[in-house]
Order: sequence, then C-alpha cells, then structure tokens
Amino acid sequence: MEIDLPSCVQARLKSDAGEDTGSPLDLPLNITRDQLQLICNALLQEEDKPFLFFVKDVEITNTLKDALDITKLNAEEVVEIIYQQQAVFRVRPVTRCTSSIPGHAEAVISAHFSPSGKQLASGSGDTTVRFWDLHTQTPLYVCKGHSNWVLCISWSPDGFKLASGCKQGRIIIWDPNTGNQIGKTMIGHKQWITALSWEPYHKNPECRKLASSSKDGDVRIWDTVTGLTVLSLTGHSKAVTSVKWGGNGLIYTSSQDRTIKVWRAADGVLCRNLEGHAHWVNTLALSTDYVLRTGPFHPVTDQQAYDSDKNILQQRALERYESVCGKCEERLVSGSDDFTLFLWLPEKEKRPLARMTGHQQLINDVKFSPDTRLIASASFDKSVRLWEAATGKFITTLRGHVQAVYMVAWSADSRLLLSSSADSTLKVWNIKTKKLELDLPGHADEVYAVDWSPDGACVASGGKDKVLKLWQH
Amino acid sequence: MPQNEYIERHQKLYGRRLDYEERKRKREAREPHKRAEKARKLRGIKAKIYNKERRNEKIQMKKKIKAHEEKNVKQNTEKVAEGALPVYLLDRDVQSRAKVLSNMIKQKRKEKAGKWDVPIPKVRAQADGEVFKVLKSGKTKRKAWKRMVTKVTFVGENFTRKPPKFERFIRPMALRFKKAHVTHPELKATFCLPIIGVKKNPSSQMYTSLGVITKGTVLEVNISELGLVTQAGKVVWGKYAQVTNNPENDGCINAVLLV
Repeated sequence: MEIDLPSCVQARLKSDAGEDTGSPLDLPLNITRDQLQLICNALLQEEDKPFLFFVKDVEITNTLKDALDITKLNAEEVVEIIYQQQAVFRVRPVTRCTSSIPGHAEAVISAHFSPSGKQLASGSGDTTVRFWDLHTQTPLYVCKGHSNWVLCISWSPDGFKLASGCKQGRIIIWDPNTGNQIGKTMIGHKQWITALSWEPYHKNPECRKLASSSKDGDVRIWDTVTGLTVLSLTGHSKAVTSVKWGGNGLIYTSSQDRTIKVWRAADGVLCRNLEGHAHWVNTLALSTDYVLRTGPFHPVTDQQAYDSDKNILQQRALERYESVCGKCEERLVSGSDDFTLFLWLPEKEKRPLARMTGHQQLINDVKFSPDTRLIASASFDKSVRLWEAATGKFITTLRGHVQAVYMVAWSADSRLLLSSSADSTLKVWNIKTKKLELDLPGHADEVYAVDWSPDGACVASGGKDKVLKLWQH
Repeated sequence: MPQNEYIERHQKLYGRRLDYEERKRKREAREPHKRAEKARKLRGIKAKIYNKERRNEKIQMKKKIKAHEEKNVKQNTEKVAEGALPVYLLDRDVQSRAKVLSNMIKQKRKEKAGKWDVPIPKVRAQADGEVFKVLKSGKTKRKAWKRMVTKVTFVGENFTRKPPKFERFIRPMALRFKKAHVTHPELKATFCLPIIGVKKNPSSQMYTSLGVITKGTVLEVNISELGLVTQAGKVVWGKYAQVTNNPENDGCINAVLLV
C-alpha cells in the first residue's frame, strides 16, 4: 500500500528562547538546512548568520524530511522548527604544538589567558608565576614572591592585574605589564587557596575586589588596593573548593561539606544554602562565566572597538552581560564526588533544576559553553559528557581518553571542546559531530592545566612534565 | 661549719656595703685580665690543664653566641615540597606514579640491536648438561635423544604437544610459570604480572625458543594493569623485564622492569 505523503508542511520558526518569527509558513519537506538558514536570515532581517535547526529536539542536519517522522505527522499540525543562532565567527581547531617552553622548575599547575587573549600567565609548583610573550612564544617575566606552590591564578576582567594564590594561603597581585608585585601580600587564610574570583567588570570597572576560597573553610573578599580583608564569609564547615562571583552581586561557593552557599557580595549575608549533593562538591560553573571573564570586550568581534572611558566600558560590559543573561537568569552547575551534576537557578530557587547522572567516577571539572547552551563535564571515569544547559538533558558521551580527564575548555564559538587528561594528551572534540576532531599528544606526563584563549587563537597547556605548551591551528 | 644562713640574715638586717655594686662590677671586669695573666704565668702540666679548660669554655661560649644569633634572625627554612599537584588533586590520595615510560622509538631501536641496558649485565652461562636431563628410551634404554628441561619454563597459551614419540624436549608441567613478580624500579613497587613471552635467554638461542627462564633472562610482561601510557596517550601493555633470581631454586620468578 502506498502512503500518500504530503510534500509540504506547515511550519513555524521559533527561537530557542521561545520567540515567534511570524505566521506559519508552508515549507516543502525536502527543504535543506541551507535553505532554512536563508529563510531564517530573511525573516530576522539579518545577514548570513549561521543557525542550527531542531524539530522536536532532533537536529536538522540534511533536510527537514530526514529529521521529521513523516508517518506520524498530522497534516493539520503546525511543525515548530526551533532555530539557534551560532557564533558568527569560527574558531579553527588547534592542530599542532607551536612551541613547548621550558622554564618552570616544577609541574605547571595553572595556566590562564588574559581576557583579551593577548597575554598568558602560568603558576607552578616552583613557587613562581610566569608571564609569557605570545608573539615570540618566549618567557616574559618571572615573578617570585610566593614561598610555596602557586595553586591558582586569575586575571582581573580588565586584564591589568593578575591574582595568584599559593599553598601557604597568601595572595599576591601582579602587574602583567612589568611583572612586579602590586600592593601588599594578602595574608589571612590559614590554609591553601583553592580558587580566586574577581568582581565582575560591570559592577566595578576599577577591578578592586577579589574573592578567594581556602581549604580552611573560609571565603574572604579582599580589597586589592589596600590589601585588607573586606569581608570574611564563614559558614562552610569543611574546605571550600570553588568560588564564583556572579554578575548579579551574588557569590557562589561550593564546599566539601556537600553544600553550595549563595552569599550577597555587598554585605556578606548568606542568601541561600543549596543542598542535594551526597559528597564533596568539586567544581562550579556559571552560564555567564565567559562573559564575566572577558568583561567589556568580546575578544573576537570587538577587537577594534577600544575605549578608555571606564563608564562607557562598564556600560558595555553590562550590555554584554544582559544580552547573555537576558533570556533567563544565571544558571549554576555543580559537579561532585557523588558522580552527579546539579543544575541550579541560584538567584531564585533552593531546589535544583535538574540532576544529571551518568558519570561513573567523580566529576572534576564542568564548564558552560560560551553561548550558554551546552555543559561539558570532565570526570575521572575517562569520559567527557555533554549536557543541554537549559534542561540538563544528557546529549552524549565523548570517549577516547585512557585515563582520568582533568580539565575541559571550550572554544569561543562553542563549536569545539578541548579536554586534558592524565594520559598526557589533549583531545579536541567537535560538538557538531560529537566526535573526536583531533588528538594532541606531546606532553610527557599528566596535563594539569589547559586554557583556550578567549579569542580562540591559541591553546596553552601545562602539566607534570614542567613545560608549557602552546597549540595553534 | 657555719650555722644557718647568717650572711643572708645580716644582709637582710643591715644591708650591704654602700660600694658593694661597684666593687662587684670592678671585680668582674678585672676577672678576664686576671685569668689571662694566670694563663700566661702557668707552666708545665698545670698550664696544659688550664689552657684546655679555657679552650673548651671558649668553644661553648661561641656556640652559645651563634645559637642566640640564629634565634634572632627569622628563618624560613621550610622547604618547598616536590611533586606539585593542582588544587583538585590535593585532597585526594594520589599515589606517585613514575614518569611515562620512555618513548617507543628507543625501545624499538634497542629491540633491533638485541641489546638492553639491563640490571644484571653479566649472567653465568647455563651449560646444556645443567639445563637438560637425558632421558633414556628404548627397550634396552640405549637411546638417549630425549631431553627434559630442569629449569623453569614459560609455555605459551597456544602450544600444542608433538606426538610423544617425536617430542625431543619435555618441559615438565610443575616447572611451567605464567606469572612473574615484577618490580618497577622508579615506583619501588612490585606487581604480579602475566608473562607474555621469553624475549631472550642470554645463554643460548635455543633456550629462548624453548622458553627457559633462568637468572638474567629478559621476559616480556603484560603491564596494562599498571596504567602506564605512551606519549601518544595509548596504554602500554607489553614491557620487558629481567629475571633477578634463580626461579628453579625459589619457586617464583622475580624480575625488574626495564624502563
């Protein structure tokens, strides 16, 4: 028996935030993705913007017919095609190691690019912080000041300061342009520093305040100019593992006492106590991490638009923040030793939005993609998992590492993912095909730190073999 | 014998001479001069004894001065520990793992040359008479072409016997081994690992093909459970190890991994 297939279908284009583009259209079933893209661009009066299309959570990769189950289709029904705008620019996958720079005398524990992606700093077990010249790929400054392992470093969102915390609980601010220490060494924590987080640029363009979390269970907010503690947030009964300064004046901290606490940054009042995890909470990620990190400029699209007026810059940072955050509030995702992730709306609710299960070992790192649509989690079970950021739905598992995965990093256009592992390799994953794009061997031992520069041009990685490696296309 | 503390009592009642403090200070100030003069004037055995005493005193004094000086200076002698770890591994019991094993190219090159830098470079040659026992056969036991291996052997999984009539070498079941205790020299840890094969018995090529394991033999062992990786991020599974004991005497095989 022959089924009389319709050749056309009523369809309506909707954005992923739920906005309609207009009245339903009659679309032929064999319409391709490129044609849909043209229609979408015309309807939105945009020019050549790349989109992804979904029908009932199935991505249209070739034609509408392939993605749609025609036999179940009701002729009367209006099919909703959801479009997601992709980044206009593309980041090319890193393919080769352009240089491996020795210098550190001990394992490289942290490596971070500045918000503009033009500078690079790394902290190491040899108690120094080093700045690297990205143009010549050579060492620039060696900053000595700490007396124990430099565990974490963090660039201020304006890119004029770098904070580093050591195993003795000291925090030092460095000037990346001269390599000298700014101000006093900040002493207060009784045990090692686990994380550092600067105040967002749109809250204060001076970049004065810094939050630090420590193994001793305290979170301190420092005034980096005077070098004194402004507030001390005590409440966690065990080591604090991570601290994030949100864009709406809230500070999120995760701890080994199984809770995540939400504090008001202005006066240090505990707003909310998020419970749910059954073991240590290891890591936190905000949906706005990328925009908070890069501050007023988008490192790729705003390269020319330089301005020195701080008020204008602050305004721009706020605009950028709101454009990311406008659709929905800041979302928080936490990864834990109980092998699960929780998705929270920490500004509103105490209850988790979703519980994401599937990992078979503890989760070490979790990151939101810069476009806030996906979550990637790295686990000691040798896999990286992808989740939908809106609902917490499981998308896929990326397998390939033969040992624990330590860190993940997204490219700026959210099309590629990088993971570093104890098996001494980095791997680049293609998010579109959900496959391994490239394998980057080269390190002689475990890779502890990896960072993809915010403009996507370069990747830096460091590990137990004491060299810092730079990777490019 | 003085009765009671009469001096102290007197001092308490009437006080000291008015110039007591000054006299005391002067006497103390004169003391080194007096002692120096004494040291100069003494002769003979007394001088020797006195000078030795003075020397010891001076040593003690200098030591004391040095100790005080050290106390005054703040020292941060706290050594920075080696083997730095990132924050996320600090609270976890990470056992120290040896470096990723040397690269494969080097190993391949060595394999071609058939030479390794081994822990036991010189091995006593095993004579045929020691390794093989002659078994006599035939009705009158005059045929003597059959041999029994008297050392430990490794026999592969897929070995099938020849018909007994043509079997020249017998490898007794009781002396067959499948596992070896392999020590990783950098980790200083020993693992019981399955043997993959006998790479080289230095005594003779024939022993190698028979799988005879004596002291100094290079074995190939399966180290996949150690979780070592190559630089390309692949799990290493076969590595060579050299036997360090006499397995036929001990009843076990001990070996050192060749890194």
